[in-house]
Amino acid sequence: MSDSHENQLKQPTLTKSELVVYLTSEQPQLSETDVELAVNSILEHMATALANGERIEIRGFGSMTLHYRPPRVGRNPKTDEKVDVPEKYVPHFNPGANLRKRVNSVNPA
Amino acid sequence: MIEVDKRRTKLEYAKVATSKTWMTVTKADLGNTLFDEVGLNKREAKDFVELFFEKIRSSLEHGFAVKLSGFGSFTLRNKTSRPGRNPKTGEAVVISARRVVTFRSSQKLKKNVIDNSFELTQKLGRKR
Repeated sequence: MSDSHENQLKQPTLTKSELVVYLTSEQPQLSETDVELAVNSILEHMATALANGERIEIRGFGSMTLHYRPPRVGRNPKTDEKVDVPEKYVPHFNPGANLRKRVNSVNPA
Repeated sequence: MIEVDKRRTKLEYAKVATSKTWMTVTKADLGNTLFDEVGLNKREAKDFVELFFEKIRSSLEHGFAVKLSGFGSFTLRNKTSRPGRNPKTGEAVVISARRVVTFRSSQKLKKNVIDNSFELTQKLGRKR
């Protein structure tokens, strides 16, 4: 566990703005503003769908659904006080076979 | 009517059962959003969605985490090999070391889902 945490800290990252720059270079007929709008609108659509209890299925990428978490009694780690944590749903991503396979083919940056 | 039902496969039943509770968003839906909201033509919209996910996939493949602010981040984890079992045969096997993708939703997305949890329990039930 601890070594994978370190791994994550060292991980190079692609951010949304870098993604926008890349997509603009690949789609020269679109302005960067349009690309940014398009990226945000894809993410917004997916976020709204999840919040409304819809699932997302992208072939070759993966699917996103919600997982149910029953109510539980938690504890404030600082004060050791008991707190009721209500039931909730949390977003969950399940990578598709294609993504799983490509990520696991040893190919470091 | 009954005749038709008899001919349904288990898979089809499963599909019907899922579609009742879970509406599914597909690449086509995302393409339509780009057509409606951004004014891309159908062809551009389809290509854009494809390229969007392909860039995320290839970044992950090349060891990059992908952070989409306001939505969440896809990170990579290296897993060491561990003993496992073939669930069908019960046979002990070694699960090889591998790299996997995990997703962490942003605080914003998490909050939107949690804030709507009451409606969600009505809609989806309390299954894990």
